[in-house]
Amino acid sequence: MSFLNYLVSGLSLGSVYAIIALGYTMVYGIAKMLNFAHGDVIMVGAYICFFAFTRYGLNPFLSVVLAMLVCTCLGIVIEKLAYKPLRAAPSLAVLITAIGVSYLLQNLALLFWSSNPKVFNPIIPNKSINIGGLTVSYITILAIVVCVAIMIVLTTFINKTKLGKAMRAVSEDKGAAQLMGIDVNTTISVTFAIGSGLAAIAGVLLCSAYPNLTPTTGSMPGIKAFTAAVFGGIGSIPGAFLGGLLLGIIENLAKAYISTQISDAIVFGVLIIVLLVKPAGLLGKPTREKV
Amino acid sequence: MAQILKVNDINVYYGSIHAIKGISFEVNEGEIVTLIGANGAGKSTTLNTISGLLRSKTGSIEFFGESLAKVAPHKIVERGLVMVPEGRRIFTQMTVEENLEMGAYSQPNSGIKASLEEVYELFPRLKERRTQIGGTLSGGEQQMLAMGRALMAKPKLIMLDEPSMGLAPILVDHIFDIIKSLHENGATILLVEQNAQAALSVADRAYVLETGKVVMSGTGKELLASDQIKKAYLGA
Ligand SMILES: Nc1ncnc2c1ncn2[C@@H]1O[C@H](COP(=O)(O)OP(=O)(O)OP(=O)(O)O)[C@@H](O)[C@H]1O
Ligand SMILES: [Mg+2]
Repeated sequence: MSFLNYLVSGLSLGSVYAIIALGYTMVYGIAKMLNFAHGDVIMVGAYICFFAFTRYGLNPFLSVVLAMLVCTCLGIVIEKLAYKPLRAAPSLAVLITAIGVSYLLQNLALLFWSSNPKVFNPIIPNKSINIGGLTVSYITILAIVVCVAIMIVLTTFINKTKLGKAMRAVSEDKGAAQLMGIDVNTTISVTFAIGSGLAAIAGVLLCSAYPNLTPTTGSMPGIKAFTAAVFGGIGSIPGAFLGGLLLGIIENLAKAYISTQISDAIVFGVLIIVLLVKPAGLLGKPTREKV
Repeated sequence: MAQILKVNDINVYYGSIHAIKGISFEVNEGEIVTLIGANGAGKSTTLNTISGLLRSKTGSIEFFGESLAKVAPHKIVERGLVMVPEGRRIFTQMTVEENLEMGAYSQPNSGIKASLEEVYELFPRLKERRTQIGGTLSGGEQQMLAMGRALMAKPKLIMLDEPSMGLAPILVDHIFDIIKSLHENGATILLVEQNAQAALSVADRAYVLETGKVVMSGTGKELLASDQIKKAYLGA
């Protein structure tokens, strides 16, 4: 395989990380918490799609929509039951709760769906096309296209719509946002809903590329996407996008040219170096402001 | 004159700190009422309690005769009770116009354009800077933005927490001119100030707060003339 091949497949993997990282970063930006259960929502989304599409032969598009709906509801319920009661609690308590929710989801999956890997059928034909001598699989293209589309829609939503602007206001100052008449609880719910819906899409794309589905499928991509979000600047939407793509590319090139075994170590090593130089991440928001 | 706001015997605590100890007062339609008092007297705590950000253990707060005890802060804004908080708290990452749009969050979209024009007429400076990021405005401009943002909600009662804080004398005059002109146009205003001189000069009525209690009340003129007030707050 050529360098370009590795680059394109890295971009595709990075697109999946970016979609997951968007969920991390939006929730962090607004609720100021790290939702470590986010990776497991990906896994749930992948299972739903697996059952709908592979098992019961539902139309692939509808299967994805169904997975998104389930994950959206799941995200809202998790926020209501686990995080909302802790709104005023110390962040360590929230963090531990999030880790607890993560294990809960994995164990429920184990209970319902067992640890036997499910073989996930890709939602689009497992074929490739040749672009100027470069062989690219459909799923690779799909991941990149979907990621860019999500990014455009999300950016427009945040910058142009009333609800999107309210989300930015809540992320900056909850008290002041309430004084504008913004319902902070609803805004936080919407953020979880969007993040979880995106997680479902990420789950489907991930399992279409790596078809081995188990209850822990979401863990590693979840951690890597979290890394990507920090890499790009946690809380920043363009940062999550950039961080995800870069992480995927670095991981793939490290696998190709250095070693498959230590590729993850290389990825995290790069992260540490970037954070030493730019502690707020690549596109981290400047916190300086005039008073 | 119809009574708009009635605060009756509220007690507010921060953990074990008893910050407000049985305060009562009212605001009537078209009035400027001011609460004055030294640092830590409980002025901001009182306004935050009326806004629903803090809750009173006792007594009641009624707005147009309806209790606010169980109303969420954002619903209180929808009812027309709007606060400009201490320190302005504008959204520093959003543009001037976006800040103003947030102020109108409780309003139907159809009226936002007209409200924007009204606010820009009152604060032409904001219009010049409509696309500037809030955090880069000067202190005076931020205060104008905070007031303009509150007016976007079409308040029936607007509460201002120390609008003159940290401003140069000429800007203080400007802000008080705006308060007077709002008053002339029929607005009802609850004004919290440490600048007692300026506040008493514009106020119809005033209450003096000390360590969580109302220790004196009267018309603005009466208090301006009072020896006690002169000694304690006017530096005479
Ligand atoms: N978050 C808080 N936690 C604990 N105590 C508080 C808190 N906020 C205010 N207090 C206390 O409550 C009392 C009243 O404070 P408040 O902010 O209402 O005073 P203020 O009259 O607005 O003063 P200033 O003019 O300085 O703004 C003070 O003794 C203050 O220390
Ligand atoms: Mg105060």
